[in-house]
Amino acid sequence: MRIAVSNGHLVCPGQRLDGPGNLYIADGRIVSAGARPDGFTADLEIALDGQYVCPGIVDLSVHTREPGFEHKATIASETAAAVRSGVTSMVCPPDTRPVTDTPAVVELIHQRRQRLDKTRIYPLGALTKGLDGQQLTEAAALKRAGCVGLSNVDKPIVDTEVLRRAFEYAAGFDLPVFIHPEDHYLKNQGVMHEGKISTRLGLPGIPETAETIAISRSLLLIEQTGVTAHFCRLSCARSVELIAMAKQQGLPVTADVGICYLYLTELNVDGFNSQCRLWPPLRADRDRLALLEGLMSGVIDAVCSDHQPHDEDAKAVPFSRAEPGASTLEVLAPLAFNLVATRGFKLEQVVRSLCTRPASIIGIAAGTLAEGAPADLFIFDDNRQWTVAAEQLASAGKNTPFDDWEMNGKVTHTIVGGKPAYQDN
Amino acid sequence: MTPHTIQLDQHGRLKHFLTTEGLNRQTLTSILDYAESFAGVSGRAVKKVPLLRGKTVANLFFESSTRTRTTFELAAKRLSADVLNINIATSATNKGETLQDTLHTLEAMHCDMFVVRHGNSGAAHFIAGQVAENVHVINAGDGRHAHPTQAMLDMFTIRRHKPDFESLRVAIVGDIAHSRVARSEIHALNILGVSDIRVIAPKTLIPDNIESLGVRVFHDLTEGLQDVDVIAMLRLQRERIKNAVLPSEEEYFRCFGLTGTRLRVAKPDVIVMHPGPINRGIEIDSQVADGDRSVILQQVSHGIAIRMAVMAMVMGAAPDSSGGDN
Repeated sequence: MRIAVSNGHLVCPGQRLDGPGNLYIADGRIVSAGARPDGFTADLEIALDGQYVCPGIVDLSVHTREPGFEHKATIASETAAAVRSGVTSMVCPPDTRPVTDTPAVVELIHQRRQRLDKTRIYPLGALTKGLDGQQLTEAAALKRAGCVGLSNVDKPIVDTEVLRRAFEYAAGFDLPVFIHPEDHYLKNQGVMHEGKISTRLGLPGIPETAETIAISRSLLLIEQTGVTAHFCRLSCARSVELIAMAKQQGLPVTADVGICYLYLTELNVDGFNSQCRLWPPLRADRDRLALLEGLMSGVIDAVCSDHQPHDEDAKAVPFSRAEPGASTLEVLAPLAFNLVATRGFKLEQVVRSLCTRPASIIGIAAGTLAEGAPADLFIFDDNRQWTVAAEQLASAGKNTPFDDWEMNGKVTHTIVGGKPAYQDN
Repeated sequence: MTPHTIQLDQHGRLKHFLTTEGLNRQTLTSILDYAESFAGVSGRAVKKVPLLRGKTVANLFFESSTRTRTTFELAAKRLSADVLNINIATSATNKGETLQDTLHTLEAMHCDMFVVRHGNSGAAHFIAGQVAENVHVINAGDGRHAHPTQAMLDMFTIRRHKPDFESLRVAIVGDIAHSRVARSEIHALNILGVSDIRVIAPKTLIPDNIESLGVRVFHDLTEGLQDVDVIAMLRLQRERIKNAVLPSEEEYFRCFGLTGTRLRVAKPDVIVMHPGPINRGIEIDSQVADGDRSVILQQVSHGIAIRMAVMAMVMGAAPDSSGGDN
């Protein structure tokens, strides 16, 4: 298929593009980001009026819930939601059922995705078998099957010897580890940020040291083992400082933040709002500001949706019993682009943190509009206003903390592998 | 919606009673005044008034409790309501029925009011958000969050002895961190105009940022009790020692147990309250618990009057349930 995108505003930090331009796609690849190639005839002409044309978003964390939790969501429902937000590649954590700890599960995920031909899926393998925190998984086999990294997600590896060996083993196969930093003991029974609001609501709190101690512990083992590590979902100011220090020392670390944490705080939990029960917890406003600053300065490499769709029952319970997580895929692009108007981000910084950096963190050829690159891209119209309505989300998870929020900007087209995967009507 | 807005109707009247937080002084005062009118009922030969005749009150206790459930039951019966006691700890939710299903089942039986106790903070608020428009919810204790009728019976007890709230010094002693009673008392005392509210406990039992609720923190009992008019003791759960929050009951009593000697630094007419059940020799010495400054048993009988008042008010059966504006 041959597609011509004309009169857009191309944004690609890698190619130093940030201005008017045309894009030509043929046979799944970008053939030109500039002049129309000689004799190019398009099957599909997309004529724009200055809308942004960006490399497809590489979302570092999307729970599709498949296999195992299909009552919450499926690969079909969530890839359909993903393309509505310009997400052309997504990383899926291994906390499936069965756990993604064998090549067989990885193959199953790939098969289910292939039939749909929407967003590409890059699974993470489990760092320990069954996420039990004790026995190492077959990292080499998982890598061969297509895993781009290993993670224990929310299950703690309490035994530091196991953690050390898991890091060492992964390092030997050049597999990055994805760390959700949280000290199991300090988290205790906590369900929200420990602070003013948890005290008032009488909800058990999670102190910020639960995160910072876990980061510190991992950093020292990263230094010792030489593993490449990615820290998932930083939530507090102090964590940003720790990552900045580690980068300054030259440790091979990267970090991301979930989109919710740039907009919401502990205050949104007030009224026992179970849609704002997230993991890690939403913290204080000064933490939110530090995360924004960290993203702007590049200490935090990437922003992701941290999409966690749930069935209705998972949230229709008292706060402490609600399952953590929010359905965020469809607000990722508008909320990220909104940082340009509201927080002084450069367009290029937003695209870098959504597309370019995540692609390099998982080592895939994406996040660029370079000639010859796979044609994964999306078009964003920042003049399109819309209002989030939970029931209208394409995701099977209607659990959004942003119900009724006004969004400035909308994804109008998403192209995956040179084929239209989504077009807004 | 925050707990304190969901409990008011559009005219600012109480339709649920979930927390003392965010209510105005007039509302709290009218609860206390109204309870005064019931305080005599229990002493009469015929102990019933017909305010809630034909209404059905369901006590939903997800956490076991004898004392609170009994006083709610008595209060409802004295208002002539029919009472259902549903002990959920052994009931349908254990068979996999969701909380929502249980509520809807009870609603289908045309219950007019749910009195809810639940181990999770925010549970009563959650239930109030689920029930039909004409069903009322009273919080009988949710997790660590609130226990508003206990706080109001404490205010009632204080007012009977010391009617001028604004001049009072009040100390709350014990496990503030895990106490719904403490939180509800702190809000109520602030709303009623008490300017000197102190919380006294070891650091491990004081939650983060408690000062933001309008209290001063003391870690020394003698210092904290200096010249206080009211001492509100809290019950210490044994599991705090198991969970490495405290070293031993003995050390706790040595440092934070209320004894006759310690009581001497308080005002001579100080009153000592305790929500019960008492751990004698752990948080309070028997001599103090049974002594002339103790009002612990009065609190129990006041509990019935307060619960009658609150039940009648949320059901709109009170002569003037208006709370005015905030």
